[in-house]
Amino acid sequence: MIEPRHRQRAAASRGSPNGWLLGAPPAVFLLVFFLAPALLMVGASFQEPGEFGGLAPLLQDGRLNLSLESYRFFFGDRIYAEIFLRSFIVAAATTLICLMLAYPLALAIAQSAKRRRDLLVLLVILPFASNFLIRIYAWIVLLGPAGLLYTPGAVIAGMVYVHLPFMVLPLYANLEKHDPALLEAAQDLGAGRWTRFRRITLPLSLPGVWAGSALVFIPVLGMFAVPELLGGTRDMLIGNLIKEQFLDNRDWPLGASLSILLTVGVLLLAGLSAWSARPRRSVP
Amino acid sequence: MKRGAPGLWAAALSVYAFLYVPLAIVVLFSFNDSMLSAEWVGFTTRWYATLFADQQMLDAAANSLFIALSAASLSTVLGTMAGLAMARRRSAWLGGLPLLVLGPVAMPELLLGVSLLLFFRQVLDLTLGLLSILIAHVTFSIGFVAVVVRSSLAMLDESIFEAARDLGASSWQTFRHVTLPLIRPAVLAGFLMSFTLSIDDFVITFFVAGVGVTTLPLQIYSLIKVAVTPEINAVSTLLMALTLTLIALAAKLAPDALKGRL
Repeated sequence: MIEPRHRQRAAASRGSPNGWLLGAPPAVFLLVFFLAPALLMVGASFQEPGEFGGLAPLLQDGRLNLSLESYRFFFGDRIYAEIFLRSFIVAAATTLICLMLAYPLALAIAQSAKRRRDLLVLLVILPFASNFLIRIYAWIVLLGPAGLLYTPGAVIAGMVYVHLPFMVLPLYANLEKHDPALLEAAQDLGAGRWTRFRRITLPLSLPGVWAGSALVFIPVLGMFAVPELLGGTRDMLIGNLIKEQFLDNRDWPLGASLSILLTVGVLLLAGLSAWSARPRRSVP
Repeated sequence: MKRGAPGLWAAALSVYAFLYVPLAIVVLFSFNDSMLSAEWVGFTTRWYATLFADQQMLDAAANSLFIALSAASLSTVLGTMAGLAMARRRSAWLGGLPLLVLGPVAMPELLLGVSLLLFFRQVLDLTLGLLSILIAHVTFSIGFVAVVVRSSLAMLDESIFEAARDLGASSWQTFRHVTLPLIRPAVLAGFLMSFTLSIDDFVITFFVAGVGVTTLPLQIYSLIKVAVTPEINAVSTLLMALTLTLIALAAKLAPDALKGRL
């Protein structure tokens, strides 16, 4: 039977007046204040710095003032490569420590009684609800009297603390879905606790590991407040470098090209992680 | 259900301790009768008194409150519209809307902050201040509201809209008397979420605030950079209490929509 036209329309409209009228104001707002600035950033990375900071005029003496100068600058000076490398090392160390802390926690929650799981997950998220600066500040209070502040270790401790829930949640979401029958079968066949973990739980949890790692690794790269508050002058990371170009040196083209390079790096990593976590055919 | 090994629980408990001990120390020292956050001397509430006598802090709090209320109102209106539009299925041009709405949520905060700074100064030649902060906060909050509203719409039974039509309601009447009352909890939850996001935001605000205007997080940042004082502990404790209350409220209003999206 063919449904009456007005019914089709009612179902399609989901109880609201004109869809495009509703969608237009938020779309226009975001085109102006999200998409335009993002595109502007790409453009700015090919412009030249202005005499007094900012950007040089796009048209000068009748020619288009575009260049690869900022990118050349980046690749021409070792210091930038070192900061990028250091940022990737800090991000990798943070991710690894988060993984080591989050795995046992996520596993313990996934193995606890069903009615308690929501509460245990909430307890992981709750500290995360406090202001980001307060969570960093807590480490100043904690490490200051011990004389451990302004070291690479303090930066990593702060990074781990700020990002830990991002690792716990995807891991838990994965571990919670494992079929306990698999472990029971392995036990009946004589596999010990360690073998069961290594041969069943761990391989099945790898998509969760990849998802969590991406959620930790990527934001660490853009973080400037943690190194600034907990680290020393030598602990500068990409985030600090970008912040410096925009606020202190006012070399916007360099800041923009650093941001573009960071974005490209992040997108490559996100793609890699999505590819690693892709659903695979599993043994039935 | 089989229980995990005792070693696993010991590890899990120490991770919980790792999560809570630093914040507990901040709260504890906000009541400590000593300038130094090193050892416990005695109980006092004088740091809270100092806090409420600190004019700069009060100004920053007033700015934060003004921005959070306006940003939350604006992003609730725009986010609800986006959520409603995204829930409709037959509209080709709306295909790009989710990308626009969720883009600012997925983009690293630092990059959103510097791109807005670039845009405000270079294109609009806008003097940075309350307005630029407000626009920035609306930009990243719309997505959160839209997602909550869309998921609450997805849970509604379509036949109620058909019923309203069959009874002769116009599309506006259907919206006013059927849809809106049903999604009201999600809209309110979206408002509270954007309020929380706005009052808590540091990174993006840092870039678009300019020199004249401070918000609570910016004020806390400039204090932390100088020294550790019990006053920071006190303001942190109050801010934590506020955020927790708002999140609890939002979770009560739309428990399913908020699950896993904190």
